[in-house]
Amino acid sequence: MTMTRDWLLSDRPVSRRQARLGQIYRTWLDFRTNGLAMFGFLIVLALVLVAIFAPWLAPHDPLLGDLNHTRLLPPLSEGYLLGTDDQGRDILSRLIHGSRITLAVVALVAVIATPVGLLVGTTAGYFGGWVDTVLMRLTDIVLAFPKLILALAFVAALGPGIENAIIAISITAWPPYARLARAETLTIRNSDFIAATKLQGASAARIIWKHIVPLCLSSVIVRVTLDMAGIILTAAGLGFLGLGAQPPQPEWGAMIAGGRNFLVDYWWVATMPGLAIFTVSLGFNLLGDGLRDVLDPKRQK
Amino acid sequence: MSLLDVENLRVTFPTRQGPAEVVRGVSFSLGRERLGIVGESGSGKSQTGRAILGLTPAPGVTTADRLSFDGIDLRNLGARQWRGLRGKRMSMVMQDPKFSLNPVMPVGKQLMEVLRTHGASRAEAREKSLAMLEAVQIRDPERVFRAYPHELSGGMGQRVMIAMMVVSEPDLLIADEPTSALDVTIQIEVLRILDRLVTDRGMGLIFISHDLRLVSSFCDRVLVMYAGRVVEELKASELHQAQHPYTQGLLNCLPQIDEDRYPLPTLDRDASWAE
Amino acid sequence: MVSNTLGGRRGALWLRKIASTLGTVAVTFLGLLIVTFLIGRVVPVDPVLSVVGDRATQAQYDAAYQALGLDRPLVEQFWIWLQKVFQGDFGTSNLTTRPIAQDIARVFPATLELATVSIVIGTAFGIPMGVWAAVRQGKLVDQVVRVVGLVGYSAPVFWLGLMGLLLFYFKLDLISGPGRVDISYEYDFTPRTGLFLLDTAMQGAWGAFGNVFSHIILPASLLGYLSLAYISRMTRSFMLNELAQEYITTARVKGVPEWRIIWVQALRNAAVPLVTVVALSYANLLEGSVLTETVFAWPGLGQYLTNSLQNADMNAVLGGTLVIGAIFVGLNMFSDLLYTLLDARTRNRT
Repeated sequence: MTMTRDWLLSDRPVSRRQARLGQIYRTWLDFRTNGLAMFGFLIVLALVLVAIFAPWLAPHDPLLGDLNHTRLLPPLSEGYLLGTDDQGRDILSRLIHGSRITLAVVALVAVIATPVGLLVGTTAGYFGGWVDTVLMRLTDIVLAFPKLILALAFVAALGPGIENAIIAISITAWPPYARLARAETLTIRNSDFIAATKLQGASAARIIWKHIVPLCLSSVIVRVTLDMAGIILTAAGLGFLGLGAQPPQPEWGAMIAGGRNFLVDYWWVATMPGLAIFTVSLGFNLLGDGLRDVLDPKRQK
Repeated sequence: MSLLDVENLRVTFPTRQGPAEVVRGVSFSLGRERLGIVGESGSGKSQTGRAILGLTPAPGVTTADRLSFDGIDLRNLGARQWRGLRGKRMSMVMQDPKFSLNPVMPVGKQLMEVLRTHGASRAEAREKSLAMLEAVQIRDPERVFRAYPHELSGGMGQRVMIAMMVVSEPDLLIADEPTSALDVTIQIEVLRILDRLVTDRGMGLIFISHDLRLVSSFCDRVLVMYAGRVVEELKASELHQAQHPYTQGLLNCLPQIDEDRYPLPTLDRDASWAE
Repeated sequence: MVSNTLGGRRGALWLRKIASTLGTVAVTFLGLLIVTFLIGRVVPVDPVLSVVGDRATQAQYDAAYQALGLDRPLVEQFWIWLQKVFQGDFGTSNLTTRPIAQDIARVFPATLELATVSIVIGTAFGIPMGVWAAVRQGKLVDQVVRVVGLVGYSAPVFWLGLMGLLLFYFKLDLISGPGRVDISYEYDFTPRTGLFLLDTAMQGAWGAFGNVFSHIILPASLLGYLSLAYISRMTRSFMLNELAQEYITTARVKGVPEWRIIWVQALRNAAVPLVTVVALSYANLLEGSVLTETVFAWPGLGQYLTNSLQNADMNAVLGGTLVIGAIFVGLNMFSDLLYTLLDARTRNRT
C-alpha cells in the first residue's frame, strides 16, 4: 500500500504513465479533503450504481401497479417505503428506474454538447479572423436565446419525447463550452510549444486535437459538471410540462406532474420525485464546485 | 523618550507545512528621525511596517516583547483605539497609487475621508485637503480634487497618496517602497516632496526599500534585513564600514561608473545568516 | 498629469462602444429571427390544416396553402414573415383567435410584475448575504450562505412551487393560492398599467392590494430565492476580490471604520460588475418564469407559451419565443453598456 503511494507521489516519475497517474492521485488527495465535494461525489456515485443495478434494487414493477389494492398508499406502508401513486405503482421502484433516465439524459447531453463546444471553440480560437467571427457570432446567437424557451421551441418542433428533449437540451448546452474553449485556446495559441509543433510541420487539425484540446479539457469538464445540475433541472422541467419522457416512463419531472393533481390529499406522490431531483442535482453541484477548486489552476493561489 | 519602540517583533503565518515566521525577532527604536529598512523581497521588511500599524493580513499573527508608540502599548489595542491612531497619528504610504487608491472614489473625497473620520467638519476637511494638495506641489488642486485615480499619472497619484497620509500631520510615517513603481525621473521629485514634509513637520519616518543607495542618501540610519532578521544596523554616513557580508554583498552589487566589471558579482547567501 | 483631451477621447470611445454593441445586437437579433422562423417551418403541425380545419376540400386547402405563401421559396417566405414581424404582426393565435401581438401585450405585465418583485427580493437579500459571507470567509456564515445558494441552484422551481402551495396555502392558509387576484377583488380596481400592485395602490384599493400581494408573495419569493442564489454567490466572489485589494489597506491605514470599508469602499467597487449580474438575473427571471407561472396559474407570458405549446399553436409559440428572446438580448446589451459606463477602470484600460 505504502509502496503504491510512494510510487504515485514520486518526485521523479520514470514513465509518462507514472507521472500522469501521480497527477491524478495528487488531485484526488486534494479533492478528498473537501467534505462537501466528497458528499456530492458520493451522491453521484450512488446515482450511477442505482441506475446500473435498478432491476435488482427495485422491489416492484415500475410500470405496472395493482389498481385494486395498492392505490395511493402513504409512505412507510408495508412493502412500499415511499408509498404508491394513483395507479398503485411503488414510488421507490419508479424512482430507482427513473435514475436511468436521468443519468442517460445527463450522459448523452454531455457526450453530444462537449465535443461540439470544444470543436467550435478551439477552431474559432486557433484560426481567428473570419472563422472566429462567424463561429462566435453563431455561438452568441444561441446564447442569446433563453435556454428553457429554446429547448421548449425545439421540442415543440420535433415532437415531445425523451430523445427530442435530449437533442433540444444539447442544442442549448454547447455555446458556453465553445466560449470557454475559445478563451483557453487564445491563451495557448501563441505559446512557444505550439510554434515549435508548427515548425515540425504538424497540421492544424493535429495541433488542435493533440495539443490544444487536452489543455482546454479540464476547465471544460469542470464547466460540464457544474452544468449537469442545470441539465437535470431542464430535463425535469420539460418532463413536468409533458414534453419530455412520455408516460408511463418513470421520469422524475413527469412524476411530479402526475402527483400534482392530488397534491393536497396525497402529498407524497409529487414530493418524493422532487426530493430525488433535488438530491441528485445538489450532488452534481457539490461535485462540480469541488472539481473547480481542485482542477482550475487559475483559482489556486 | 523615543517615538517608537520595537522589541523582538515576530510575524507568523500558518501554512500547510506548519507556521512560517516571516519576521523573526526584529528590535529597534525610533525617534523623530529617518530610519531606512533595506532588504530583498521576502526579507520581511514590508511585514515589519505593517505589523507596526497592526495590519498583519488575516491569518498572520504578530507578537512582540515590546511594541509601543509614544508610550501607548500597541499589542492589545482594540479596533476603536487603533482607528484613533491610524490616519491621525501614524500612517503609511504604499507602493503603487494604481492599487492603493480607491478607483471609484474621487481623489478629493478620499483625502477628506481621513480628516472626516477623525472628526473634522466638511468645510474644514475640504480646505485642508486642498492646501495639502498644494503642499505636494500639485498645480491645479481643484481639478485633481475632483479627478478619479485613473485620470492621474503615477507621479501625481503618489503625491496624492502622500498628501493623504500626511494631511492629518501624523507623528510617524511609514513609507513602503514609495517610489518603486514610478519612473526614475519622477522618483527624485516625489522623494524631495516627502523629505521636505517630514523635515518641516518633524515626523518620524520609516523608509522601506530594496534600494540601498536610495535609502542611505535619504535616511539617518539604516537597518539591513535578511530572512526576517536585522543583520546589521548602520549610520547612513558609515555605510562603507559595513561589517556583515550580506550588506557588503549588496553594496558590491551597485554599479560603478568608472569600473568595468566582468564577471558581474553575484550576491552570496549563507544559510547561517538566517540563524 | 490630468489630461485635457481625456474627456473628448472618452466620449468617442463611448460612442464607438455603443455602435459596436448595437451592431452585435443587430446580428444576434437577425439570428434570433432566422432560428425562430426555421423552427416554425420544421414543425410537424400543418399550418394549413389549422386554418381551414380537417374537413376542408382539396380546393379550399390549396387556396389556403397559396394564401399563406407556402408555395414560394423559403427565403421569400422569410422575407414576408420578417416584414410582418417588424410591423408587430406575429399572426393570429388559433387558441384565442386574437392577434398574437395583442395577446402578448395583455399577458406581459403579469410576467413583468412577478419578475420585478422577484428581483427586488433577490437583490435585497442576495447582496447583503454575499457581502457577509465574503467578510466572514471560511466561517460558519460563509458555509451557510454557500449551502443556501447551492440549494437554490439544485431545487426544481416547479417542485418548490408545489411544496410552497401545499404548505403555505393548503395546510397553513397563510397566503392566497394560484392566480393573480381573487374574483371578489377583481372589480375593485381597473388594471391600467397591468401591474396590479401598482394599479391597486394608485387607486387606493387597499383591500385588493392586500389580496394581490398575498397572491404574488410566494411565487416571487421562490423566483427571488433562485436569483438570490446566483447574486449572493457572485457578490461574495466580487467582494473577496475587492477586500484583497491594496486600497482596502489604505483605508485601514487612514483609520476608516470597518463597516465603512466594507459597505462603502469595497461594495462600491464590487457594484460595478454586480450591475451586470443583477441585469442578467432579471433577464433570466423574465424567461425562467415559464415553469413557475404554470404551477401558480399565473396569467403571464410563460403560461401563455406553455398553453400554446400544448395546443400546437405554433404562431403563438414563435411570437412568444421571439419577444422573450428580444428582451433577453436587450437586457444583455443594457447591462453591457451600463458596465462600460460605470467602470472607470475599463475606460482607463481601453
